[in-house]
Amino acid sequence: MKPTTITKCLAGALALGAAFASASTLASPEEDREAFVKYYAAKLPNVKFEDYVYGALALDAGSKAQYDAIMEFPPFDSQVEAGRKMWETPLKSGKKYADCLPNGGKNIAGNYPMFDEAKGKVVTLHDAINDCRIANGEEAYKLNDMKNLGTLTAYMRTLSDGMRMNIKVDGPKALEAFNDGKKTFFSRKGQLNFACASCHVQNGGNYLRSELISPALGHAVHWPVFRGGDTLVTLQQRYTGCFSQVRAVPPPQGSTTMNNLEYFHSYISNGLPLKASVFRK
Amino acid sequence: MKKLQQATFACLAGVGMMAGTALAQAPAPAATQDPVAKDLVFNNRKGNCLACHGMPTVPDAVATGLYGPPLIAMSARYPDKAKLRAQIWNAMAANPATTMPPFGKHGVLTEAEIDKVTDFIYGL
Ligand code: HEC
Ligand code: HEC
Repeated sequence: MKPTTITKCLAGALALGAAFASASTLASPEEDREAFVKYYAAKLPNVKFEDYVYGALALDAGSKAQYDAIMEFPPFDSQVEAGRKMWETPLKSGKKYADCLPNGGKNIAGNYPMFDEAKGKVVTLHDAINDCRIANGEEAYKLNDMKNLGTLTAYMRTLSDGMRMNIKVDGPKALEAFNDGKKTFFSRKGQLNFACASCHVQNGGNYLRSELISPALGHAVHWPVFRGGDTLVTLQQRYTGCFSQVRAVPPPQGSTTMNNLEYFHSYISNGLPLKASVFRK
Repeated sequence: MKKLQQATFACLAGVGMMAGTALAQAPAPAATQDPVAKDLVFNNRKGNCLACHGMPTVPDAVATGLYGPPLIAMSARYPDKAKLRAQIWNAMAANPATTMPPFGKHGVLTEAEIDKVTDFIYGL
């Protein structure tokens, strides 16, 4: 897609107002993020910045109260506990995950996805875990292997609770990946012709049938979620669901398209505190 | 693909008829409506209009979404029925930034289905 087309997507097709019109021309990632924050501050003036981590729950006191009650004794505690056991079990090399991830795996989730200059591409936290496995004599987990990779990260990400999302876009190749993710986020797709932004920007806080739509701001900080209290869903699985919902063919999880989308989408939440794992209905 | 769509339509028409029988016993709705058309409008694999539009004169149009304006007094607001059909066929023609799916242009509904939906909406 040519830059002019992107401009049209952003300013024309989505008409996100002055904030995004300026963001669309020669915006830096930081200007994009600020545009999201400003857009929502104007659109949802009663929502505090920190509360965007609650998604649609920040917009409905009743659902939020239900969430708070469930989170007091989360029905998925035993799954997180199983993840802790996996985390502490030595790999074939005898080393543990904590030995091969930066900072012992603590307070790092908010740095992912990151652009890996050596690899020339975006790596997600799941990639980092798999790299660690491979380096220590194990096979990589499949990205949709919720029993293993999902359970492990459900615990691993709790080690970063409270960390502020801190995605960096340094250098031209990283910026290219960021802009590719941004393009995916703002382009219409599927038979039903929606962009991610059609729902999570244009209609964040609005109702689609009886479903209250969450703002994109804060979307990336609280994964995985346990839907219905016990079904573990990763962020890219959620993307897959949203692609299917608009009758678009979802790109494979872990593909460049998905990873770049996660890169852009996570950057937008920079500065918000992480919290894993959480309940969603 | 066309064939498949037509087959789906035929099946749907069948379902619509059944719904029609059930409806026949219910008290008459505010406007008398073709049950097949109504099913096209309500069905979330077809028009799914309720995802975004309230229909204040249709008693069982409940828990509707708020992306779009309520559909009411349509024949007064669209004296030219072709304009109404065009809006449903491709809402992007009137508003490039719309979130309303292009039901005709993207083949979400067949031309015949769009006609039925237009008639139904026109009667609101
Ligand atoms: C037609 C509407 C629609 C489109 C388009 C859409 N989504 Fe969603 N999305 C939803 C609904 C409905 C939910 C569930 C309610 C909620 O939390 O917003 C949801 C939930 C989510 C969530 C989970 C939020 C949470 O806190 O649990 C994420 C993340 C998300 N969508 C990302 C995306 C991305 C990325 C795209 C584009 C690839 C996209 N969505 C496109 C309707 C949509
Ligand atoms: C995902 C959201 C969505 C769905 C589904 C949807 N619409 Fe819309 N519709 C809108 C929006 C938003 C508008 C406001 C005008 C615009 O954006 O162009 C609109 C406008 C309209 C209008 C013009 C209303 C006016 O006041 O002039 C008509 C008529 C209409 N829709 C009919 C339908 C019909 C019939 C269906 C189902 C076959 C449908 N819509 C499904 C979102 C939707």
